[in-house]
Amino acid sequence: MDNNQTFIQKLLHRQGSTADIPSTSGAQQRGDNSVKNHPAGARADRKWILQVIGRLWAWLFLTVLILYFSFTPGFLDLGNFQAVLANNSLLLILALGQSFVIITGGIDLSTGFVMGLASVAASLVMRSLPAESGLFLVISAGFITCILVGLVSGYINGIVIARLNVPPFIATLGMYGIARGIGYVLSGGPPVSVNTPGIGHFGNGYVLYHHPEAGFSFFQPPAGISGPALREVASYLPFQVVYIIIALVLMHFILSKTKFGQHVYAIGGNSIAARRAGIPVNQILVKVYILSAVMASIAGFLYVMRYVGGVATAGDALMLSSIAAIVIGGASLMGGEGTMIGALVGSLIVAVIQNGLIIIGVDPFWQYVAVGVIIILAVLIDQAKAKVLS
Amino acid sequence: MTSQNPNPEKRPILSCNGITKRFGGLVAVNRVSLEVFPGEVVGLVGDNGAGKSTLIHMISGVYRPDEGQMLVDGTEVRFSSPMDARSMGIETIFQDLALCNNLSACDNIFLGRELVRRRLGIFKTLDREGMRKESERILKELDIVIPGLQRPIRQLSGGQRQAVAISRSVYWNAKLLIMDEPTAALGVPEQRKVKELVQKLKERRVPVIIISHNMQEVFSVADRVVVMRRGHKVADLIARETNGEEIVSYIVGKEQTPTDR
Repeated sequence: MDNNQTFIQKLLHRQGSTADIPSTSGAQQRGDNSVKNHPAGARADRKWILQVIGRLWAWLFLTVLILYFSFTPGFLDLGNFQAVLANNSLLLILALGQSFVIITGGIDLSTGFVMGLASVAASLVMRSLPAESGLFLVISAGFITCILVGLVSGYINGIVIARLNVPPFIATLGMYGIARGIGYVLSGGPPVSVNTPGIGHFGNGYVLYHHPEAGFSFFQPPAGISGPALREVASYLPFQVVYIIIALVLMHFILSKTKFGQHVYAIGGNSIAARRAGIPVNQILVKVYILSAVMASIAGFLYVMRYVGGVATAGDALMLSSIAAIVIGGASLMGGEGTMIGALVGSLIVAVIQNGLIIIGVDPFWQYVAVGVIIILAVLIDQAKAKVLS
Repeated sequence: MTSQNPNPEKRPILSCNGITKRFGGLVAVNRVSLEVFPGEVVGLVGDNGAGKSTLIHMISGVYRPDEGQMLVDGTEVRFSSPMDARSMGIETIFQDLALCNNLSACDNIFLGRELVRRRLGIFKTLDREGMRKESERILKELDIVIPGLQRPIRQLSGGQRQAVAISRSVYWNAKLLIMDEPTAALGVPEQRKVKELVQKLKERRVPVIIISHNMQEVFSVADRVVVMRRGHKVADLIARETNGEEIVSYIVGKEQTPTDR
């Protein structure tokens, strides 16, 4: 009885730290409900709860979204989930690179058009190769072109920001214009298509195929199946999903397990302290912007593989969505906070909203409204967290 | 000018001979000589603009002296950055602490000098376990209690953060620790804790220079008090042979005009 009562009172008043709950004994607790428990314990307790909510709300929200959309037939379907993931792989790739920039307290507005420029440049290089070049050569040439575009634009961003002290917003806005313009100039405006056969498979294929009669086959649909029979082929694990898993694991490793990643957090937390501690801040910033641009150009490369061509506006809509995803995933635009898993959850939330609204029959343009509202909510939650925790 | 040497047989860890720093026409520090010996706590006092901070910034490598020489352990040094000073064992805890509030105590102790270990012979990954153990060891050695080594230090109190900054310096084998207003933003119990830490450093023979405005604090920890006024060192006194009044008179310059002009 006593135990129960004091425990409830405890909950109501939120007093005492979590640590002393197990030691609750009726006799001891009766007296010290309101008097002896010092407020610091209560604050620590509330902090802890808020921290958990602050960290996990994106996951909870994603779960709720998925549950909600699951009432409509067509959403809860392996094929649909695979499509959602594959269609949003480019968004996630941009978000992974951008996350590093945002954790340092910067922002990279150029990723969308760097991605577009890379896709155009790669497509031009790939189609200029002689028709008899092998698929491997064509793909490698395209990939190298993309990486070069990323390295150069990211290096310029990094130097302008770290050495010339131009604010990231302005520097990358400049690169936004430059990459956009060059993308249009190179392509002349319309998409540049690549005609080498077989390229699209790398962007649209699956790891595993199954046909009721022909059985399982890896990487290619079962041999001998064509025409209407192809519709009976079930396919599992899109290549795009494999790419994003590789990118996610690699970026997560870099951010959370290496010295470089640790320094990225340190710069975002207090760049003066980082500099005083001997961290080569400028060098790291240059690397971070290069990483962001290279990830953007890899997204451009994957765009070419998926849509067999490039276009200057390939990533136009993705840049802001990727920043939204990162913020929803718990990163702070003030720097110092953010994880790769956060970027993943944020991207999934954006992706599920887009897909879910279409499936429940809402005008797809509402997705922008929904994502906009959620970004503001995410920042509000972040601020509330910061206020309570500081 | 009174200049006394409490342990004349010892070699100074730091000696500054007539160092000067000018900013345009302003002579911020004018031919100041200062020696710091192992295991002593030097209180550096003076009014705002007396040149304390400039002097400290030269010792910690932020500014380069225009004249004079500095010796650490008997060898002449010329610092071109705070990193140079650090590599010679001069650690400075600035007023704003220079910690990353988004990182844990453990991360801050190893900030910029993270332990790594090789994995699969190629990757160098952070040795978080090693850093945690080492942090625990140094904190225990200094008798510092930090709730949650892995929590971001913005959740810690000012005194705890100060303790993290001090333990970082000690961990990296500071030969000389400079503290700029270490207790300015702290509550009374936390001030006491910081003083205890200074005593611990003393026991470890690590000399400490403390800049402070608080006379009481200076007298409670310092062995020697150095007074700066208008860029000059106007007094260098044994703490137990002087008193607050005398110090204040040097600070405001009633008793004596600067001698080494």
